Amino acid sequence: MSAAASTWSNPSLLEIRAVSKRFGEKEVLKTLSLNVAQGEFLTLLGESGSGKTTLLRLIAGFEQPTAGELWMSGQRLDTLPPHKRRVNTVFQQYALFPHLNVSENVAYGLRANNTPKSQIAERVQQALAMVRMSEYAVAKPTKLSGGQQQRIALARALVNRPQLLLLDEPLSALDANLRKEMQGELKSLQREVGITFLFVTHDQEEAMALSDRIALLKDGALEQIATPREIYAHPATAYTAQFIGQTNLLRATVRANIADCGEFKFPTNSPDGPALFSLRPEKIFAASGTPSYPDSTRFFADIRQQFYGGSTELLELLCSDGQVVRARINAAGPLSGRHEFFFFAQDAIPVKP
Amino acid sequence: MSATTNRRPLFLTIYSCLVFAFIYLPILVLVIYSFNRDGVGGFPPRHFTFDWYRQLTTDSALWNSVLNSLYVAAGAVFVSLTLGLLAALALDRADFPGKALFRRLVLLPLILPGIITGLSLLMFAVAAGLGRGLTAVFFGHGTALISVATTEIFAGLQKLDRRQEEASLDLGATPWRTFWLVTLPNLRLSLIAAGLLIFTLSMDEIAVTFFLIGSDNTLPQEIWGRLRRGITPEINAISTLILLVSIILITIWYRLRTRTQKSSL
Amino acid sequence: MYSRLYKLAISLPPLFWVTLFLLVPYALMFAHSFWVTQDGVILHNWSFHQYKELLSQPLYATVFFRTMRVAASVTLLSLLLGYPLAYFLSFHAGPRKELLYQLVIVPLWVSYLVRGYAWKTILGTDGVLNGALQYLHITHEPVSALLYSPFAVILMLTHIYTPFVFLPIYASLEHIPRPLLEASSDLGASPRSTFLRVILPLSMPGLLAGATFAFVLTLGDFLAPLLVGGSSSTMIANVVQSLFGAAYDWPLGAAISVFILFITVGLLFFTEHLEKRWTFQ
Repeated sequence: MSAAASTWSNPSLLEIRAVSKRFGEKEVLKTLSLNVAQGEFLTLLGESGSGKTTLLRLIAGFEQPTAGELWMSGQRLDTLPPHKRRVNTVFQQYALFPHLNVSENVAYGLRANNTPKSQIAERVQQALAMVRMSEYAVAKPTKLSGGQQQRIALARALVNRPQLLLLDEPLSALDANLRKEMQGELKSLQREVGITFLFVTHDQEEAMALSDRIALLKDGALEQIATPREIYAHPATAYTAQFIGQTNLLRATVRANIADCGEFKFPTNSPDGPALFSLRPEKIFAASGTPSYPDSTRFFADIRQQFYGGSTELLELLCSDGQVVRARINAAGPLSGRHEFFFFAQDAIPVKP
Repeated sequence: MSATTNRRPLFLTIYSCLVFAFIYLPILVLVIYSFNRDGVGGFPPRHFTFDWYRQLTTDSALWNSVLNSLYVAAGAVFVSLTLGLLAALALDRADFPGKALFRRLVLLPLILPGIITGLSLLMFAVAAGLGRGLTAVFFGHGTALISVATTEIFAGLQKLDRRQEEASLDLGATPWRTFWLVTLPNLRLSLIAAGLLIFTLSMDEIAVTFFLIGSDNTLPQEIWGRLRRGITPEINAISTLILLVSIILITIWYRLRTRTQKSSL
Repeated sequence: MYSRLYKLAISLPPLFWVTLFLLVPYALMFAHSFWVTQDGVILHNWSFHQYKELLSQPLYATVFFRTMRVAASVTLLSLLLGYPLAYFLSFHAGPRKELLYQLVIVPLWVSYLVRGYAWKTILGTDGVLNGALQYLHITHEPVSALLYSPFAVILMLTHIYTPFVFLPIYASLEHIPRPLLEASSDLGASPRSTFLRVILPLSMPGLLAGATFAFVLTLGDFLAPLLVGGSSSTMIANVVQSLFGAAYDWPLGAAISVFILFITVGLLFFTEHLEKRWTFQ
């Protein structure tokens, strides 16, 4: 926790200043501002169409912002052509050159920058060793598996020692098991080389597992940026709460520090008026036999459905006022009928609609 | 399991065989009679001979026309590939006023009867003081066949992953270097295939050539001239050789084309 | 991602070349059609003289309508031969599909002249067909009506354009998702009604493209009549060709060419419009 916290309080490497991007009528990015700290692993998370890939392409230089500026290490970035930026990209389908072999692919950037020949061979070897692909130096990329291509794409980008590495859904083409494995490798690789990673994904679990910070995008705007723990525990908006993990959204009316939501009534600090609360399913507990905690809200509900998930199970509960909420409890065998449940008021997080 | 895809209807099979026969029988007849001692008419062909081919070897007018055709075709391949490549790139990635008109204009000779292109180029050649001759034919072929080059290369470009070029720029290569190191190598097969096709078409072209030719004949013009004087098995022999070369070139072209399609998967 | 300079570098050379060697020549032809000749000299006096000439001489109308008839016949026959062949290859050829496809493709690019010449040797009075007919005692004298007739022109051009018509039809048949046919028969349609209600409509763009190709190229053909047609099958392009040759009346020839050009371009726009109507994406 403290390691992550200290990383993102580092000075900014990249500053995205009020950037907008239009494609014809469509506004893909809406005056978005964001700072990427030196050495951090920052994830741009969002649904397809949220603008995350466009933002990446603006940073790489494949697109020009309609308005706003990009600055890196105190220099204007958005006016430079892509080949003059000290930014490298790992592409979604890797975009390895099929007509070049593995080491030629890795050497490509060094050759383009006129690195002395003696250095090229050495650095290519180091890069291949780093991703454990030394023995495939002369193979053609099309002969490699997805995971191997992925490693070559990483080596090809990192060998240039960029200030910032952009990763555009690099794991999405891999199957589930390999994906988990590559997540681990990616994270340790980032620690090893100390290069700032800007990672794009639509997979919230992946984002949670890898990132120092997550920037959640929605419709071309920044919804929330925080550490994974922070964003999960204290989502700022209903959208964030629902996108990251599962949640119950409770629509309540607050009067005199009491939130009234039909079946549930609980104390809150929110001002009077309509309010929305996020209550994670694992924060609802079965009450059977437990004593009544002073600040807990108890209620009875019918178990409508039960989804078994190994160590836990998810219950779909029908309250007597017709509301449906979900609770995640420790696996307890088949359940049915009416039971008593409770939650603590501090777990109901007020969120913006 | 669909009824339409698995049962092989007898009637349709026979009909298709007949269509194949219609396409190939004339060509077959042409080849057979090139080996017939007693000339082109008469049935059935009786005496096998290589005489007509032997006669070709000493036919200097014919070989001159072959050289002329090779000269024109080589030039046409160079010009139309270069401009076709640029036109395909422009259609794929540049926006300029009149782009739709430009596309139509480039592709027009593909569908327009050769006589129109031939005549308008003749008027241009005369107005420009160039006059008729092999140079005019070269300009004619080079221009008309840009349409073929553009369609072939444009198809190749659609299969090129744009991210390859982005990756190259991203790794620090200039746009110029990216063009030579990534764009061109990726279009290699398309370019060779288009080149073969253009070469074959130029060697065979007659409608545009008809109006632009001067005193030096191309191969098809030479044959055309001889046809007017009457049918001889010598022409069958020439035609058979042309056929052979065309089939070889076209087969290579086809193989290359299917290879580009497969490698893109 | 491409800079201004890059876009200029790829656009300007072909734009320049195409303007100089296509647009200017077409414009020149257009200009010629408004000029006149006097004593073998072209005078740059602008007038509609040539077009009036075209409309007033019934000979041109006769030749024009003959050309249209030939073009329509060639188109229809090429479709009748090409469509079933494409259908057979696409749906019933099995593992030999690739080879058969290649067999249709090869003659597509094989010399026009060579194929036309082949027909000349077959259809002539001393030709192979007459020889065979007499050898088999079907006829006792050479049939002279075979060569030098509109029939010979139609036969030769059908032979040449059948593979051209085949190609786009085959491509559009290959693009039809096979599950659609399964869905159709699953919903109770007979093979016949699957063909009429699914396959035919979905292959319409290919059919139209092929038909346009055959029609337009026949419309402007002058070599087939010269080779196998004779004087009874003179077509519109032959008139142009002779006006640019022995008759030496370029302005009138240009006027007819402009006429052919307009019919061609008009037809292209028309079928393009139809193709769009029949394209379902």
